Amino acid sequence: MQVDVRIPIGLMFTIYGLLLGGYGLVTSSNADMYRHSLGININLWWGLALLAFGVVMLVLARRGKKPQA
Amino acid sequence: MPKIQLGYVDYVILTIYFVFVLGIGWALKRYMKTGTDFFLSGRSIPAWIAGLAFISANLGAQEVIGMGASGAKYGIMTSHFYWVGAIPAMVFIGIFMMPFYYGSRARSVPEYLKLRFDEKTRGFNAISFAAMTVFSSGISMYALAKMFELLLGWNFHFSVLLSAGIVLIYIFLGGLTSAIYNEVLQFFLIVLGFLPLVFLGLKDMGGWSGLVEKLNLVATKNGFAEGTWTQSWQHMTSPTANPMGVEWFGMVMGLGFVLSFGYWCTDFLVVQRAMAANSMSAARRTPLIAAVPKMLFPALVILPGMIAIALEHQNAGGFLPKDASGSINYNLAVPLMLGHYFPTGLLGLGLTALMASFMSGMAGNVTAFNTVWTYDIYQSYIRPNQSDRHYLWMGHFTTIWGIGLSVAAAYAATKFNNIMDMLQLVFAFVNAPLFATFMLGMFWKRATGHGAFFGLLSGTLAAALHHALTLPKDCVAGIKGGWLGVNLHQYPSEMAQNFWTAIIAWTVCFVATIVISLLTRQTKTDSDLKGLVYSVTPRFKEPDLPWHKQPATLGFIVLLAATVLNIIFW
Repeated sequence: MQVDVRIPIGLMFTIYGLLLGGYGLVTSSNADMYRHSLGININLWWGLALLAFGVVMLVLARRGKKPQA
Repeated sequence: MPKIQLGYVDYVILTIYFVFVLGIGWALKRYMKTGTDFFLSGRSIPAWIAGLAFISANLGAQEVIGMGASGAKYGIMTSHFYWVGAIPAMVFIGIFMMPFYYGSRARSVPEYLKLRFDEKTRGFNAISFAAMTVFSSGISMYALAKMFELLLGWNFHFSVLLSAGIVLIYIFLGGLTSAIYNEVLQFFLIVLGFLPLVFLGLKDMGGWSGLVEKLNLVATKNGFAEGTWTQSWQHMTSPTANPMGVEWFGMVMGLGFVLSFGYWCTDFLVVQRAMAANSMSAARRTPLIAAVPKMLFPALVILPGMIAIALEHQNAGGFLPKDASGSINYNLAVPLMLGHYFPTGLLGLGLTALMASFMSGMAGNVTAFNTVWTYDIYQSYIRPNQSDRHYLWMGHFTTIWGIGLSVAAAYAATKFNNIMDMLQLVFAFVNAPLFATFMLGMFWKRATGHGAFFGLLSGTLAAALHHALTLPKDCVAGIKGGWLGVNLHQYPSEMAQNFWTAIIAWTVCFVATIVISLLTRQTKTDSDLKGLVYSVTPRFKEPDLPWHKQPATLGFIVLLAATVLNIIFW
């Protein structure tokens, strides 16, 4: 396999995590906006979850590369 | 008036997705040197990637939107499409059929039929499959554009051209590998985009027990017993006791056996992913790995539909949209749920996930069409004996005109809805008997080419005839059946008619293939059939793999888990 698919996946979700989490932080005082999501700042929390997933993918890709090199 | 308002963050999220999808195609471009690279990913895909692509290609629009709609309409009985109608077939193809698909080195499912039977059987399958893929990707493009028009106020032409254009570029650049890699990306996006919906929805309902309570009210209001929406098997003794209008035997045989095995074991759209795997044991593991997420999808796609109908009831019929005649438009259940629970930001992710599901399904159709057209139609009947370079060129070219044809089909769907329904019906007739042909082909060496071809033909005719002579309850003769003017049997629901059409088609094909095979001369010798038929192929010995990589062990675990799920939601 020439391109490790985990790299683009990891990158994309890391970016999504930062974006969504950051947006959640900025909008955290906006109670009206989070009325939809039962008062939970879902952008912040789910952003963190996506970030964690993205980073794990990137770490796996890095570790997977070593034995071949 | 659009029902969902997007903020700028949502557009940024959608744009990032497009950039990555196209970027993957771009990065793979330089590896597309031969036909094998373009059409078969150079048979180099590791099992876990092939497995996730296998499931993602199936996780198209019909799945996310359609299963959500069924969840609202029928409740948890929809899970039969997973725990009965998918898992057993996926285990079967992995353990019993993959050795012949992968071992024969066939490049497509129709090509297997050519090797095993003869040219006409291949031609029949290749042509009907190619036509079907073009139409189904056209129809799903139409559904996407229609939905985005309704929800977001996007221009119909813009949505069609955008989704077609992006899929075109990434497949043109990176072939099957690009489709597969993107399917893996899309898989994670769909899961991670819908998961918060399930979490918020369930929390809002007061957990599973709260949802059960609310759905009990929905059930009684519709004239069924309490629990009809939340118990998958208990209301299946009679078709009048459940909203699907099916009883357990028709469901298990029609859906669980004929339709499910016919789809998962013979449809090149999914089988192509396993054929691209990097070894025989990876190919066998592909559908088994895919079965694990498949088994859990009901939580992701059916549950939001169930929550939507509970909300509809709670809001006294004010949640789901109604069409002119006042009946609920169930297809909007899941997208509306996104708008209901997601704030700007996460909403972008949810819609991107929806977009991803359309694209993965469409790309699956396009890559399968490319291969079948180029190898099974073009190379076989139009221009044989050309260089690999020529066929690679044809693959690129086919990506363009194949997608062009799908776009045309999407527009045809806006004008002639009936023709589209009719075409889908015809394809259903062609597909229903197919599994009988493959089963006999792989496990009975006496089955002949004439037997297979005329068996398939009689199965297809039997399906059409059965449909023509029966009618579901409350339907007028026409597209729903009964079009020969005689109504021999009335089914309690369209789904019941559908299941029985499949059962009859399969049985007729099975019997006809055996009878005709015994009457005709066997043209293939045992050595011709080596690698194609069970009894003349040396047993494939799995290399020494750890237990979690052994197909048989994996298959057993998957079946056990599916059984447990059926029991929990009994």
